[in-house]
Amino acid sequence: MLSVPYNGHRARLALAAVLMIAQIDDALAHGFAGERFFPATILTDDPFVADEIALPQVSLQPPAPDASQLTNIEIDLSKRITPNTGIVIGDEWQRLRAPNVPSVGGLGALRTMGQYQLFIDGPHQALGLLGLGVTWGHTGRAAVGAPNFTTLSPTFDFGKGFGDIPRSLTWLRPFAITGNLGFDFPTQATSAGVPNPNNFSYGFAIEYSFPYIECCVKDIGLRAPFSQLFPLVEVAFSTPISRAPASQTTGTIQPGIIWAGPYFQIGAEAIIPANRQTGHGYGGVVQLHFYLDDIFPRSIGRPISEWW
Amino acid sequence: MRRVMITLAFGAAALSAAAGAQAHAFLDHASPAVGGSVPTAPAVVTLWFTQDLEPVFSNVTVTNEAGQRVDLGNTRIPPGSPAELQIGLKPLPPGTYLVSWHVVSVDTHPTEGTFTFEVGEG
Repeated sequence: MLSVPYNGHRARLALAAVLMIAQIDDALAHGFAGERFFPATILTDDPFVADEIALPQVSLQPPAPDASQLTNIEIDLSKRITPNTGIVIGDEWQRLRAPNVPSVGGLGALRTMGQYQLFIDGPHQALGLLGLGVTWGHTGRAAVGAPNFTTLSPTFDFGKGFGDIPRSLTWLRPFAITGNLGFDFPTQATSAGVPNPNNFSYGFAIEYSFPYIECCVKDIGLRAPFSQLFPLVEVAFSTPISRAPASQTTGTIQPGIIWAGPYFQIGAEAIIPANRQTGHGYGGVVQLHFYLDDIFPRSIGRPISEWW
Repeated sequence: MRRVMITLAFGAAALSAAAGAQAHAFLDHASPAVGGSVPTAPAVVTLWFTQDLEPVFSNVTVTNEAGQRVDLGNTRIPPGSPAELQIGLKPLPPGTYLVSWHVVSVDTHPTEGTFTFEVGEG
């Protein structure tokens, strides 16, 4: 540390240092594990509690098997309650278009999630998070697919950067992976005679961090904005485990790129159906995502437990 | 839908306007360069960050391949360059050296990182 010269203001410096220590954000909000920064991914739930808001996320889903197509405009707010616990609240406005039928629009179901940061392992660039998501019934318009039942979704989210592998493997070290394992348990077995299956949900994002190349691997001369890019591929699947055959698995593959700046990030991905049950053709999604902890570092960007 | 988009655009613009002057401090570049080689031993390692730093809580060390400190322990932020961190070095024989830094930006966010550089023809 720096040596502070002795003078008559030493007590004031000590007090300032104490106040500073009290404010230092030891929970490393928005996706840090040691020297690894994980951007917020679009499809894969982030393995960290955060103070962030996706405002907005706009997607055009690939046409479904029945040729209907959904447009979503989504907002997600993540807020830390304490340094290790957080909540996520999200909703979306949807428009459903189908052949020979007038299009319909309306709100989707309200989604919430309680989160607990299980671990952050800085030296190994690893993160783990437990979550309990709830998709609330009767909170959206049924015509656009909002359910009339509530679904509980326990999840485990993880992240791992490869910066701790031998430094001789230079160009593999910028890779990182985040992933989700979870279940969906509808609180109602059927709706209008149609079964609501329990599902196993799983997915991951593989990203290549240009910022990590520049900070910790090799300076190859990338400068902003190119040094702030994360090319990535995200994959997510959902497989019924009861009340429906496993062959009804659906999923998407989403290649894209994220640019992360000091206060916000922008992401764009193509949406490719992984099988016929999911749909056909292509879709796309773009997201503008703000880091509230950087925009409001001394107020609402801090955990609620530190507001007083 | 247009009303929804306009509302969201206003919200995003308001958040953008609220952005202050500081955020997490990331390493912008360094001398010797991250992962680079220098033919002769440098006397100083200098790191440039993307944000201004809190001097009392920002530190850098340099170690050799045996894990021994080879810096002079005199981390400093040069006057007039609040986003720059320097540390002096002992005379270095050819070899690979590890730079480890841990800084706190003036908005209180900590960040850290490591990189190596080589001295000699490598």
